[in-house]
Amino acid sequence: MIRIRSIMLFLASAVLGLVVGPGTVLAGEAVEGTAKADKLEQCVEPTAVMRRNHFTFIKHQRDLTVRQGIRGSKHSLAGCVDCHARKDASGKAVPVDAPGQFCAGCHEYVAASLDCFSCHSAVPGEK
Amino acid sequence: MSSTEQQGRRGFLKKAATAAAAVVAPGVVLHALPATAAPRTEAVNAKVRWGMLIDANKCADGCNDCVTACDKENGLDLVDMPEGADEAHWERQRPRWIRQVKLKDNLSGKITNLPMMCQHCEKPPCVDVCPTGASFRRADGIVMVDRHICIGCRYCMMACPYKARSFIHAEVAEKLTHTPRGKGCVESCNLCVHRLDNGGRSTACQDACKHQAIVFGDLNDPDSAVSQALKKYPSVQIRADLKLNTGVRYSNI
Repeated sequence: MIRIRSIMLFLASAVLGLVVGPGTVLAGEAVEGTAKADKLEQCVEPTAVMRRNHFTFIKHQRDLTVRQGIRGSKHSLAGCVDCHARKDASGKAVPVDAPGQFCAGCHEYVAASLDCFSCHSAVPGEK
Repeated sequence: MSSTEQQGRRGFLKKAATAAAAVVAPGVVLHALPATAAPRTEAVNAKVRWGMLIDANKCADGCNDCVTACDKENGLDLVDMPEGADEAHWERQRPRWIRQVKLKDNLSGKITNLPMMCQHCEKPPCVDVCPTGASFRRADGIVMVDRHICIGCRYCMMACPYKARSFIHAEVAEKLTHTPRGKGCVESCNLCVHRLDNGGRSTACQDACKHQAIVFGDLNDPDSAVSQALKKYPSVQIRADLKLNTGVRYSNI
């Protein structure tokens, strides 16, 4: 009985992506704490404000950038990606829309489709 | 705006002014691209109109450098041919912002080469026909597509007299941060707008042209390299009969 329960627990955690092998990380798998955001206290706005309004911020900003050429604004999708993308063991950035990653994690949970990255890059830009 | 940003902007303006003053001979290409220039913080305005002069005499037969540079700069080389597609068909359909055009005068046999891209018209037909307002002309004269509202109807491709626009037919796996790209949208040359907005003053094609056939700059500034060159050499607009007042001009065609 205990064995079955532990198998089920394992399966559940595997589905949630919580299984980290002892000391080994698979290639392409994000390492926790490797995103810039992991080391920061808060985002460009307080966390609660970001959770509720991030889409409004970037929707407003996109028009300013495309139509008026204003770059480097406080709110930007490139900024989200730059800060929130984690890296895998080899130092390669993991897309923020990959299953369980920063953007996809929540969007999957609330079943809100995430269309940004059908056009935008989901890994930090080359600089 | 932080003080460091302000410093960067001021520094850039100073540098740009000295660089502009240093240009004495028209036709000398201005390659001022300070890496530290600050991103634009104020809306673009009509004081500036970006444009180009292309000297077809200098454009060498068989040279492909501007097209390659454009592909690389704007991630067009990252768009893969769909599996099982016909190669010749793909060459006709693939997204390209610059096309190489070869003209032959049947009478004399003289061959002229020129790069053909969006001509950044003052009165762009693509903007006229766009049903959603996705095709638009930015205040500084750059004709662009706002892909957030482009529905992919391709009226603009039909309306453009220069065949300057491309359509993205399939999902694109890899894209650059400064050039988003997705299935179902039209796109075309934007005069490397990401460079201009971040303080750059040249386009990828201009930088790549070793024959210096392309002079890029502000048409509204009488002291800019492009205005000086336009003043000195005879030039034409392609399909001038349409009275579109193109921002891209050609000489020696």
